[in-house]
Amino acid sequence: MTTLLEIEGLQTQFFTSAGVVKAVDGISYTVGAGETVAVVGESGCGKSVSALSILRLVADPPGKIVGGSIRFEGRDLLQLSDEEMRSVRGNDIAMVFQEPMTSLNPVLSIGMQITETLQHHLGMSDEEANARAVELLGMVGISEPQRRLSQYPHHLSGGMRQRVMIAIALACEPKLIIADEPTTALDVTIQAQILELMKNLTRQFGVALIIITHNLGVVARYADRVNVMYAGKIIETGTAADVYHNPRHPYTLALLKSVPRLDLPRQAKLDPVEGQPPDLARLGAGCPFRPRCRYAVARCEQENPALEQIGPQHYSACWEKNSLTSAGKVVS
Amino acid sequence: MSEATVARMSESAPSPRPALQENLIEVKNLKMHFPVTEGIIIPKVVAHVKAVDGISFNIRKGETLGLVGESGCGKTTTGRCILQLEKATAGEILYNGVNLNNLGSKAMVPYRQKIQVIFQDPYSSLNPRMKIGDILSEPMRVHNVIPDRRDRDKRVLELLNVVGLSPRFADRYPHEMSGGQRQRVGIARALAMNPDFIVCDEAVSALDVSIQAQVINLLEDLRDEFGLTYLFIAHDLSVVRHLCHRVAVMYLGKMVELADCDELFDNPMHPYTKALLNAVPIPDPTIESRREHKIIKGEIPSPINPPSGCVFHPRCELAVDGCKKAVPEFRELRPGHWVACTEV
Repeated sequence: MTTLLEIEGLQTQFFTSAGVVKAVDGISYTVGAGETVAVVGESGCGKSVSALSILRLVADPPGKIVGGSIRFEGRDLLQLSDEEMRSVRGNDIAMVFQEPMTSLNPVLSIGMQITETLQHHLGMSDEEANARAVELLGMVGISEPQRRLSQYPHHLSGGMRQRVMIAIALACEPKLIIADEPTTALDVTIQAQILELMKNLTRQFGVALIIITHNLGVVARYADRVNVMYAGKIIETGTAADVYHNPRHPYTLALLKSVPRLDLPRQAKLDPVEGQPPDLARLGAGCPFRPRCRYAVARCEQENPALEQIGPQHYSACWEKNSLTSAGKVVS
Repeated sequence: MSEATVARMSESAPSPRPALQENLIEVKNLKMHFPVTEGIIIPKVVAHVKAVDGISFNIRKGETLGLVGESGCGKTTTGRCILQLEKATAGEILYNGVNLNNLGSKAMVPYRQKIQVIFQDPYSSLNPRMKIGDILSEPMRVHNVIPDRRDRDKRVLELLNVVGLSPRFADRYPHEMSGGQRQRVGIARALAMNPDFIVCDEAVSALDVSIQAQVINLLEDLRDEFGLTYLFIAHDLSVVRHLCHRVAVMYLGKMVELADCDELFDNPMHPYTKALLNAVPIPDPTIESRREHKIIKGEIPSPINPPSGCVFHPRCELAVDGCKKAVPEFRELRPGHWVACTEV
């Protein structure tokens, strides 16, 4: 598998009155052609900012990408001019946002919003673009595509709007789609439809996919690799099987344990992660998860562990990673 | 932490299911139709949104009844009708045998103390201009249950302690708190009047997973400590299974299935309940890749003009011709297991 996207030491910071918020603090990962990579974490862990950074969509000011490189097919996106970057967005890399209610323009027709990309990037004529738009809407499972072109977003339900977003993302046959919480605003039966649709379309066209989500369940079925983020850093990464069956970071372990599951007998009590996520403007030395960690040792207070290899594709950033099992910590 | 809490944490078996028979709430043939109007100066009713269309159920004392369904199925409206925040179009809501729908606003006041609510969105359900202490003492002042100010302040600190917040939060404003902390304030506010019954309307949906588990545990502890009865409205089935004694499933204003929690999840009967359970993702790649996903087609129709007969028939794989005509009866197929489907 050829490497499509290579993120190296990416750092994105926000300069606010409360101090410098290190939203993304040196993350590195790669996405192969046609691969599905999940980025999992809770609100404020930097997962969305890392995705926006890839497309250089972080609002500046107050945000700024202060370090690292993002190589897409060998080109460093951070070195491109604004003009060159515009031809990448929507053409080579497309994005599907979380809120289908707010990410479509309410005063433009559906047809207009799909054909805009086609005419801008591919230079299609009106007729060509319209024909392609009808084809795209059919592909994402929207009935009567011809009639939909003249409709407006408020005519459509949330699930339908998300299908339109996916059609727009697919319009220029991109090599990579970044989906930021694509199903969070949707009902569970509609969520299942949309996930299945995204899986089928990305397989069919060999598109690589980065799915950003807070729900570990959503990506179990679809992701080839999973990156778990906490406080702006990737704290564990591996294949889906590694991360779900053999988690080696206390945070991943705690996340998996804190959700009630339909396939297991009911527990008497849930096992929550105690405490609150840290304030990213006030991170001290040491591991940011330490105050909430059950297995913290003295060393965690001074030194922040780096990602280290523990399996062929499995990395964890924890001093105690070698004594952790999926059942908890083995006391040696 | 109370002794009872500690004792329960050491248990590993599923929580005991109390068999209580006495009804606290009885809902009979509840209907809530919202008029759709046209015209600005002389509005004319052109249609009705049938948000809740003839549902009946009961909630026993000390029980947690889960009410699940997708957006627009009428679960929140049902909760609002019980709270008397909406005047129901038809039907009865009996609280300890008293029909709340017949009470005037004065006569309703003592019941408002006994019935409380926890809202979904901890960001919009707290007044941003009030300090947490004022938010918590306001209901006590309004209902004049604790007339003395200093006593009220004492009670505020007690409430903060009950929901696991430090006393210093009394002088803070909502924007200084995280979502999970705000939801704890929402819970403390509901507890301020010593209620018997709390409607939890998507009370944990807006929270992050690690925080969600904390709040679920808190709701469970409070239920046991104060003998509370909950109507737990949610769309997350795994949370409902964890917390509830019985579960009711709604679709497009109708109740399609009602059963004991274990019975419903182990042996779902209505095709919609089955589809809903099938759509819940499981955080395990091995199980997920082996699992056969039957995805139901289509979307929820408009409640202004719901399908004839069984409202689920256009999306149902079991549907036969009869489903388009006759509204299926809500039948008890096994003891305590009610289903509205003719084909099971």
